[in-house]
Parts: sequence; structure tokens; C-alpha cells
Amino acid sequence: MQEKLLEVSNISISFLQYSAGLRQSNLKVISDLTLDISSGEIVAVLGSSGSGKSLLAHSILGILPSNASLSGKMTYLGKDLNQKRKEKIRGDEIALIPQSVNYLDPLMKVSNQVIGECENEEDKKSKLLKQREIFEKYGLSKEVDDMYPFQLSGGMARRVLVSTALISNPKLVIADEPTPGLDEKSVEETLNHLRQMAQDNVGVLLITHDIDAALSVADKIAIFYAGYVIEIANVEDFSGNGENLIHPYTKALYNALPQTDFKLTTGHQPLHGELPPGCPYFERCDNPTEKCSNNLPILTEISDKKVRCYRANEFKNNNVAIKEESSDELHHTDEIGSFEELNYSEKLDYIEEKDSSKEAGV
Amino acid sequence: MKLQGENISFKYPSSKEYIIKDLNISLKSNEIKGIVGDSGCGKSTLCKILSGYNKSEGKITIDGIENNAKNKFNPIQLIFQHPELTMNPKWKMKDILFESWDVDSELIEEFGIQKSWLNRWPNELSGGELQRFSVLRALSPKTKFLICDEITTMLDAVTQVQIWDLVTKIAKDRNIGLLVVSHDKALVERICDDVIYFDEINQSNLKEL
Ligand SMILES: Nc1ncnc2c1ncn2[C@@H]1O[C@H](COP(=O)(O)OP(=O)(O)OP(=O)(O)O)[C@@H](O)[C@H]1O
Ligand SMILES: Nc1ncnc2c1ncn2[C@@H]1O[C@H](COP(=O)(O)OP(=O)(O)OP(=O)(O)O)[C@@H](O)[C@H]1O
Ligand code: SF4
Ligand SMILES: [Mg+2]
Ligand SMILES: [Mg+2]
Repeated sequence: MQEKLLEVSNISISFLQYSAGLRQSNLKVISDLTLDISSGEIVAVLGSSGSGKSLLAHSILGILPSNASLSGKMTYLGKDLNQKRKEKIRGDEIALIPQSVNYLDPLMKVSNQVIGECENEEDKKSKLLKQREIFEKYGLSKEVDDMYPFQLSGGMARRVLVSTALISNPKLVIADEPTPGLDEKSVEETLNHLRQMAQDNVGVLLITHDIDAALSVADKIAIFYAGYVIEIANVEDFSGNGENLIHPYTKALYNALPQTDFKLTTGHQPLHGELPPGCPYFERCDNPTEKCSNNLPILTEISDKKVRCYRANEFKNNNVAIKEESSDELHHTDEIGSFEELNYSEKLDYIEEKDSSKEAGV
Repeated sequence: MKLQGENISFKYPSSKEYIIKDLNISLKSNEIKGIVGDSGCGKSTLCKILSGYNKSEGKITIDGIENNAKNKFNPIQLIFQHPELTMNPKWKMKDILFESWDVDSELIEEFGIQKSWLNRWPNELSGGELQRFSVLRALSPKTKFLICDEITTMLDAVTQVQIWDLVTKIAKDRNIGLLVVSHDKALVERICDDVIYFDEINQSNLKEL
């Protein structure tokens, strides 16, 4: 019954960038990304800001900017999804809920935007009815139909954007941040719409920073960092102290929520032009090994999940002494201060030094 | 210092009814006050009134003196809900950022903004990256009150903590008063000294009409 709707295999996206003196550099913003969605399934994508979530959405729709290059393979219903086919089925079989409210036409009344192009009078009538129905559920009164985007509050604009995708009958919905700035009622209504669609066998890719929203509707959760999928987790794993989450970034994300610990993690995602040869999280990881700095871990299956980390098995069994307990080893040694404060090359030096002293039996 | 909005009433030219009626609000230096309320109730409208973008009935004063932002840097800075709507698509990010104030590079780094982004156009950045620019550009040394209208909605939780950590530290250091509008109640409770419900300062007056 559940058929594979969209398969994204090993795609990479990069930008040609001209810097001073017309030097060209290649910015890789998505690397080796594999993800699939079946009909009736809701896959949530969480992750770092700037990790490539919106660009993934745009690549599926075939609306990447012209200076972007895409490699890898995508199939839709088993057949190659090339640019031509993307253009043919977007807005129809594949619908996008865009993140930016810039997608609303400032000069067009919102009801007309939601309805879009109609085939004939009858089509228009039925779409008008459906549009009113959706707006009604969303608490958007009759007056809103005739408003222009600048007359809407932030949350109203967001609801109008979502409505645009709901009115078509897509097989696949790519929802890029459908809920920021919405109140609880509207969030719940949006999620109900997505749930209903999934029940009607539509596949949904839900890109969001709202972890609670993702958890309440998704079947599985993919976590992005610096253009890589670093973990595919189960919904149940996001509970308690996050002890069932495996990758250190996923744990940090969970513990940073205002409703858990609001915990501060220092450092930033690596620059796109300067991705380290090894693990993208190396610079921020509390417990790296020597291997991590130079070799990229691959996304590996661990029971029913997937993780991109060399120490995934240890982390899974909570076998790694975390920060406070392990103060003797990597942390807070007198000469160098806290390990996290070191930059990339200092960390490397330190690890190498430590390992060589181990070998020498110091 | 004390920012005060007194007897604020407002309706948009196209609307029949008042959205805000006889509303009173105050914000002191060093204070962090949260506002929550349903979508469409008038929070962003109030933010724009306080920071001088919308003209309303009533008075906006700082220490009793009416705030007239014309011809000088406005000490009441607003960070808009949708950063993508407030950045000129024909300007590069460096022009957008430095138009506001001479941002020091240390702060740029702390906000997780990469130097190379400064040479890009607004549509070449992610939602959360734009949002970070939008926060940073409001943090001029001359800013006395900062009005934050849903300013971290497009950030992942890890970056969200970092940005709030920075903003609240800077506010404390410089005695800035913060007004925080958000639908995320857990977030507001984490960062604010005090939370008010928009309806409680507005609705009762509306109903009397
Ligand atoms: N036209 C462009 N040229 C160069 N880099 C770009 C361009 N468009 C996007 N990028 C970069 O690609 C990276 C990924 O962007 P994307 O919009 O996919 O991030 P995102 O994961 O959706 O982030 P957010 O959660 O903040 O919306 C960002 O660092 C962004 O700056
Ligand atoms: N320029 C305008 N012209 C006419 N009406 C407007 C205009 N801007 C906003 N409104 C209306 O004013 C009301 C309040 O809008 P406002 O943006 O202040 O809400 P909000 O509380 O910030 O909501 P949200 O949480 O959705 O951002 C809404 O009903 C909106 O339709
Ligand atoms: S242990 Fe190594 S591979 Fe795993 S997150 Fe840390 S640095 Fe990356
Ligand atoms: Mg995005
Ligand atoms: Mg608003």
C-alpha cells in the first residue's frame, strides 16, 4: 500500500562563488544527502539554521537559483525526476509551502492567490468554496479574502501561504517552516491538515524548527547539520533527557529547547567553503576521537536508526563519559583550558599529542 | 530610563474598527518584558507604534519627553517579525547592516555571521541567517529600547539559545529595555522578568466601545 513516492539519493548542491579578484570558489551546501518519502508518510526534517533544508526543498521543486549546481539522483514514483519533469508536476502533484512570505504577491488579493489559476468557471466556483472552507478552519474571516498581503498580520500571512498548498490535490507536500510565529490554535490546525493529507495517502516532507510540531505528526525525523544528514531518529527518542538520541548535535538540539534545559552550546556550524575533511561536528564535539578529524563518518544503521558518527554505538549505550565526569581526559587540563574553547587546529594538535603520549606509555 | 505608551488608540485607514484602544504600556531600562497573544490581535501593530513606524493617537514618551525619531537615530529599535520583508533586495548585506551602525567584527562573529555573507544579496541567505542580521542591525550603541517581534522563529533551538544569550547579555550590559513578543510561552518564560497578555491591556478597553 505504501509506495515509495520520492527517493533522493546522494545529492549534493553547491554554489559557484566569486570572491575578491574574481577568484572562484565552490560552496558545498548539501553533501551526499539521501532521503525517501512514501505515500501517506510524514518525514520531518530538523536541523541547524543554514544546514540546507530550504535548498533541499527547492531542489525537489526544481527552483534552485541559476548559480547552484545539483548532482545525484532523484526519482518520483520510481521514475527519474529530472528538471523537465519537476517543472511539469510542481504546483500540481508536488506542492511547496515556502518559508519566505516574499512568495506572496503583494499586488494580489489573498483569496485569488490561494485559488490560483482556474480551468473554467465551475472549477473556480469549487475552488472558491474550498478556499473559504480552509480559511474558516483557520479563523480567517470573510474580510480577509479581499485583503492584500500587507494588511495581514504575520500569522495570517503564514496561514495564507499554507492554504495555497492545501487547495491543490498534491501527492507530495513539501512544507518549509509552515508554523513559525503561529499561535497554538493555528499550529494545531496546520498539523491537522498535514495529518489529514497523510491519511489520504499524500506524502509530506515537513521542514521545521518546531520540534514539538514535528514530534506530534511525523513518522520519522531526519536531523541536518552543515549540509549532512547526521541522524535519522524515531519520534520516541525525543523524550526524557534525550538519552535515546545518539548524535551529540541532536542531543544539543533537544537540550536547547526552552521546554527542556535551554542549554547553551558554544561554537557555530562550519563555514561552507571550509568544511572539515572529517566529521562536520568535530569542532563542537565534546568527545571526539582521532579518526573524527580527518575521515568523514558515513550514515550507518544502528538498530532501527541511522547515525553519522564514529562513536554512535558507544553514545547509544551511554558508554562515553560525558563532560563533567571526564574532566581528567580532554577537559579543563591546566595547560590548555577547556577543550571546547580550542579552535580546530588546536584540537587536532592536542589529540595527536595525547595519543602519542599514550603510545609512549606516559 | 522609562519608555511609556499612554492611551494609545489605533486603526488602519482601511479598517472600520479600532485594533488598539486606550492601551497603556511601559518598559524600563534593563527590564525584559514579554507579550503574548493570539495571532492577529495587534502585537506587531503595537510594536510599530512604539517604535514610531505607525502614527497613533496617544503619546509615546521616554522619560516624559515625546519620542520624535525624525532626523536622528531612533533609540527605540524594532526587530521586525519577517526579516525578508525589511531588507532591500537591491542592497548587499553589508550595505543593509552598516547602514544602521558601524557593527564591530567581533559581534558579527558572535552572531554566527560569516564574513562572506556580507557580499551576498538578501535572497542568497537562509531564513535564520537573515533573522540574525536583522537582530544585529538593531543593536547599535545608541539603542535604548529594543522591541523584538518574534525574532528567533526561524532559528534552530541551539542557535536560538545563543542569540537570546547574546541579546540579553548586551541588554544588561548597556541597560537596554527589551520588549519580547512571541508565541512560544516556554521561551518567553525563560527570558522575561514579566509576561503580559495582550488582551489584558487592550481587550477590556475594546469591549467597552
Ligand atoms: N544563492 C546562494 N548563494 C550562496 N549560498 C547560498 C545561496 N542560497 C543559500 N545559500 C546558503 O546555503 C546554505 C543553506 O541554505 P538553506 O536556505 O537551505 O538553509 P536552511 O537549512 O533552510 O536554514 P534556515 O533554517 O535558516 O531556513 C546557507 O548557509 C545559505 O547561506
Ligand atoms: N496595513 C494594514 N492595513 C489594514 N489592516 C492591517 C494592516 N496590518 C495589520 N492589519 C490588521 O491588524 C490586525 C492586527 O495585526 P498585527 O500584525 O498587529 O497582529 P499580531 O498580533 O502581530 O499577529 P501575529 O501573531 O499573527 O503576528 C490584523 O487583523 C490585521 O489584519
Ligand atoms: S564522536 Fe566524532 S564522529 Fe561522532 S560527532 Fe563527535 S566528532 Fe563527530
Ligand atoms: Mg530555510
Ligand atoms: Mg505579528
